[in-house]
Amino acid sequence: MLADQNRIFTNLYGRGDWRLEGARRRGDWDGTKDLILKGRDFIVGAVKESGLRGRGGAGFPTGLKWSFMPKESDKPSYLVVNADESEPGTCKDRDILRNDPHKLVEGALLAAVGMGTQAGYIYIRGEFYNEAKRLQTAIDEAYDAGLIGKNACGSGFDFDLILHRGAGAYICGEETGLLESLEGKKGMPRLKPPFPAAVGLYGCPTTVNNVETIAVVPAILKRGASWFAGLGRPRNTGTKIFCLSGHVNRPCNVEEEMGIPMRELIERHAGGVRGGWDNLLAVIPGGSSVPVLPKSICGEVLMDFDSLAAVKSGLGTAAVIVMDQSTDIIKAIARLSKFYKHESCGQCTPCREGTGWLMRVMDRMVEGDATEEEIDTLLEVSREIEGHTICALGDAAAWPVQGLIRHFRPEMERRIRDYREKAAAPRRAA
Amino acid sequence: MTDPIRFFLDGAEVEARPGETIWQVANRQGIEIPHLCWLPKPGYRADGNCRACMVEIEGERVLAASCIRKPSAGMRVKTASERARFSRQMVFELLLADQPRRDAAHDPGSRFWQWADRLDLSESRFPRHGAPAPDRSHPAIAVHLDACIECTLCVRACREVQVNDVIGMKGRGYHEKIVFDFDDPMGRSTCVACGECVQACPTGALMPASLVDVNGLYAHAPDREVDSVCPYCGVGCQLTYKIREDRIVAVAGREGPSNQGRLCVKGRYGFDYVHHPDRLTEPLIRKEGVAKGNVAIDPGNPYTHFRKASWEEALDAAAAGLKRIRDAKGPKALAGFGSAKGSNEEAYLFQKLVRTGFGSNNVDHCTRLCHASSVAALMEGIGSGAVTAPFTAAMEAEVIIVIGARPTQNHPVAATFFKEAAKQGKTLIVMDPRGQALARHATLMLRFKPGRDVALLNALLYTIIKEGLFDKQYVAAHTQDFEKLAEHIRDYPPEKMAAICGIDAETLRHVARTYARARAAIIFWGMGISQHVHGTDNARCLIALALITGQIGRRGTGLHPLRGQNNVQGASDAGLIPMLYPDYQSVEDPGVRQKFEALWGKSLDPKRGLTVVEIMDAVHRGEITGMVIMGENPAMSDPDVAHARAALAQLEHLVVQDIFLTETAKYADVVLPASAWPEKDGTVSNTNRQVQMGRAALPLPGNARQDLWIIEEIARRIGLPWSYGHPRAVFAEMKEAMPSLNGITWERLLRESSVTYPCDSETSAGHEIVFADGFPTPSGRGRLVPAAIVPPAEEPDGEYPFVLTTGRQLEHWHTGAITRRAQVLDEIEPEATASFAPSELRRLGVAAGERVRVSTRRGAIELKARADSGVAPGMVFIPFCYAEAAANLLTNPQLDPFGKIPEYKYCAARVEPVAAKAAAE
Repeated sequence: MLADQNRIFTNLYGRGDWRLEGARRRGDWDGTKDLILKGRDFIVGAVKESGLRGRGGAGFPTGLKWSFMPKESDKPSYLVVNADESEPGTCKDRDILRNDPHKLVEGALLAAVGMGTQAGYIYIRGEFYNEAKRLQTAIDEAYDAGLIGKNACGSGFDFDLILHRGAGAYICGEETGLLESLEGKKGMPRLKPPFPAAVGLYGCPTTVNNVETIAVVPAILKRGASWFAGLGRPRNTGTKIFCLSGHVNRPCNVEEEMGIPMRELIERHAGGVRGGWDNLLAVIPGGSSVPVLPKSICGEVLMDFDSLAAVKSGLGTAAVIVMDQSTDIIKAIARLSKFYKHESCGQCTPCREGTGWLMRVMDRMVEGDATEEEIDTLLEVSREIEGHTICALGDAAAWPVQGLIRHFRPEMERRIRDYREKAAAPRRAA
Repeated sequence: MTDPIRFFLDGAEVEARPGETIWQVANRQGIEIPHLCWLPKPGYRADGNCRACMVEIEGERVLAASCIRKPSAGMRVKTASERARFSRQMVFELLLADQPRRDAAHDPGSRFWQWADRLDLSESRFPRHGAPAPDRSHPAIAVHLDACIECTLCVRACREVQVNDVIGMKGRGYHEKIVFDFDDPMGRSTCVACGECVQACPTGALMPASLVDVNGLYAHAPDREVDSVCPYCGVGCQLTYKIREDRIVAVAGREGPSNQGRLCVKGRYGFDYVHHPDRLTEPLIRKEGVAKGNVAIDPGNPYTHFRKASWEEALDAAAAGLKRIRDAKGPKALAGFGSAKGSNEEAYLFQKLVRTGFGSNNVDHCTRLCHASSVAALMEGIGSGAVTAPFTAAMEAEVIIVIGARPTQNHPVAATFFKEAAKQGKTLIVMDPRGQALARHATLMLRFKPGRDVALLNALLYTIIKEGLFDKQYVAAHTQDFEKLAEHIRDYPPEKMAAICGIDAETLRHVARTYARARAAIIFWGMGISQHVHGTDNARCLIALALITGQIGRRGTGLHPLRGQNNVQGASDAGLIPMLYPDYQSVEDPGVRQKFEALWGKSLDPKRGLTVVEIMDAVHRGEITGMVIMGENPAMSDPDVAHARAALAQLEHLVVQDIFLTETAKYADVVLPASAWPEKDGTVSNTNRQVQMGRAALPLPGNARQDLWIIEEIARRIGLPWSYGHPRAVFAEMKEAMPSLNGITWERLLRESSVTYPCDSETSAGHEIVFADGFPTPSGRGRLVPAAIVPPAEEPDGEYPFVLTTGRQLEHWHTGAITRRAQVLDEIEPEATASFAPSELRRLGVAAGERVRVSTRRGAIELKARADSGVAPGMVFIPFCYAEAAANLLTNPQLDPFGKIPEYKYCAARVEPVAAKAAAE
């Protein structure tokens, strides 16, 4: 269990003052100038050394990503913070924005130094209206206190931070869809390569990072990379905010060490599965897009990138969705298929056409109004969507279905048999 | 960056040229990769959305779209791995599910079906669901979105290639949908029907309405195709006729140097005029006793006034009348109007007929009415009447000035390049008293007062000279009379000119500086410059601008008068001009004359002939009593057309050679049914100096004959022993008379379709940009000619308070003789309108759509009022293509003293509501 002194987000639950004064009391904006003066290479080096991996879902090493930003460029470059938190089950960034916004503002400044950029945009989910107000207040406070803007913290480094509200599309949380949206266009993901570090916002070098990723940077720099790297497990270092929801006794957000066993996480922080561990059916461990895990795996698995990948799921956004025995697992996954069909931007054929087809077949699977061969077709189509689209939304739509078939195929087949018998029954009676 | 990249394609090491994608390399290697949203045509950006071209790259988790992915060194690409093949197959299968069944397809031969065939797919495992309803609201384009695969090719066609910004994508995911404007029916949207989207669509979701029946089923499949060139404007778009049973059923753009596959509404949908029932199919002779003033004739039934004749009789009558007048009254009693709508060979032969057969230089054509003043100024200033650079040079310019031209209407495909350049960040400056579509793309729009061009342009010259922004070296090396200009221009400071031209001094200075300082700047102009009594002065100012700043003779620079007719350049080159032999050689130069006398074997008239309007005046004076008019319509196109019509009625003998019974033909004694453009072989020269090959695609209707044959038959009957037989032979003779055709042969044109002149040899490409080093003037220098402010010939006053200006519309060509008979074009713009500023309409108490009477000192017409915020208050605009309300009954025939061009763009007019007038009486 994470010791209190290792906790980064000390106001996650909003018990303290979220404004500048309260933040300062918690150690934010302390020694920031010195960190800036240590320079770009120090910051990137420390973040690399800390082993920090992106907290938005893909888990790409953050320091490495920053090092892709060109050292010499005749164009401006940009930091873009992805605060378009929309992954079903996920609400960690929301609480940072609400209760610890200065961690993000300070982190943005230090990240900007690390990638040598003078301008940052925060793209915040449109529905986060109150959060946007708080964050804007925090940004204004930072400007007023000379912490950002011209000569930030008196360091001689100039940095502007602009908050932009989204208009409500899941796809705008995809980093290149976000850039399109930020530019005022429809949120359609861009093809990669070129990657944003080469051609990003307004065609300029850009790095897009998740809120949590940026917000932990000051702590890493202040406490040292080795402190962060000492938490968790190799390649899966540091702390992480987990969002525990579903059939648990006390749903919550909690900051924990990476690699904590799933069962411990649920039982210690969420009061356990409703009706006890034995009443557990399955868990989606990392937000709606990662494959579901059956109880048999949940008892042992550790909550980090590599451990969950090893069981063919993923840490994703670390949104743990717990489902007990009362759950219709086929219906639950079918609901996710509907979500992805609704949120597909529509540009790639496999995703636009495929997600709709997945949803329709899944709807029939809920009733059992299908054939067993169709389960194979379902799997085949999901595999033809996966990895064949411009962005990862296609993958995200495919994985839940693949997880369902992998672990609950017998349940699907039983449903089909029952349906067939039921359909035949009246005829027999007559 | 410029080094080729070596990588492995299906195991073989290959080389990619810089910028090439995997698909392009594969295609070059003969490896076929399916593709739908990728169109390997100029102007189309790869988008990578359909995922039909996916390939596997070793070491990458996901597949890559080969149409957009560029290889990197050492990359190993598998185009036919099982994963790649399955993925592509699945894409087609998913799309196939919602396609209309093949036997109900809008286009069973579409690129989609061609690929499906090659992938051996005809059925999908996936169920189909609801199809969107068809949209048949547009006369030219059928929209069936049930076949749409959301590949966005039409969006790119509309927004990036033609830059019309009409088509967009609405919605998200499965609800994504192609929309026109704000999801309006296509026929009610701002679509200009260029048809680029139709040509790009890979599925038949967008189809020429002519190729689908009312149920949306594919119909009228073409049985053959013929490559040719468009007969409308001077852009000279290359195209392919699609023909079924000897009727043109559709037209596709071809990749010519001036159009790169693009067309406009006329070039794509305006071809059914050739099949119109009004076509003249028999020679006609005026009936005994039918007066010439009686022109109430239905062009579809000329037999009320004319009788059918055999070719022998008609030609004999035509020639006998000409001979009689020539022999009785002398050569100067005859005149001929040739046409800028015909081929170079026809133009050449026609002027030769007049010069050697009639015996005078009384030969002219509609160039007199469009760019005569521009040509006069260009000949005087730089020794050449043609453009110095093609309009595509706009793409290489930094600053583009478009003045007195409305290319989105009159040169739509040229306009696409201007819009594209502006989109790429080039500075586009539009100057026009009327607002126009190009202004939306412009950096600056200067709506100056009509007729005040010289004041505006002199203010620019003043600023450039006063501020020392002129190119001193260039001026010293390549111009003459700079001091004269500098002295003259002192009286034209921007402050003083601002009050005259209506543009503030600071803007004038800004424009002058922007143009002068640009690395490369180019000027385009049209009839708004030339059709004034000060048209030559207007053009002189533009020439001076280019000369003193050295914005000429380099890439991205130049002077480009956008030529109007498809072959006005060629007809002028061929000598259809009263003072010039072919290649602009003066008829009054004894040396030149001797040369042509030797070539043609006839003695020639040493005096220049009369121009279009002068000929009409001479008819009134009784000096000219016989005429041949080939393919021109002065009874619609001349200024003060009542005067021109009276002249035609007065002629003792008029022979008209045309495809319809035009307003002019109604005055004829003999009417000879001729060939439409798609019915003949011949070359034409466009505004870019590109000589292009037109090919006969259709048989002649009824008893109609080739124009060339008709000219030759008349020639023989008046004593010229001609036997050319084929345009090829005429072209060969033209080469002897015209050094500009050096390096260009009939065979080469057959092979290459287009060659730019001047051209050094038969194996080299022509020079697109000329005058890099001096000019073909006697001194070798460009001459600067100062221009003083000359007011328009007729200013508004209390009695006639409006300024009337005339011009064209996108859908109609010139006098409307052909486009009014093209079903789609006439359906889009079916009737005459007069456009006013909305505030002016309110002041007049007239609602848009109500009728008004517009009168000038020369005549009056009644027509519908249209509200157009592009028209300034105090102005009225009327297009001149409507016979039922001919704008030229109103226009002022005052001429520019140098170019002899009439002032079509400015006269005083009165406007009254028709209903109110009736009530008052």
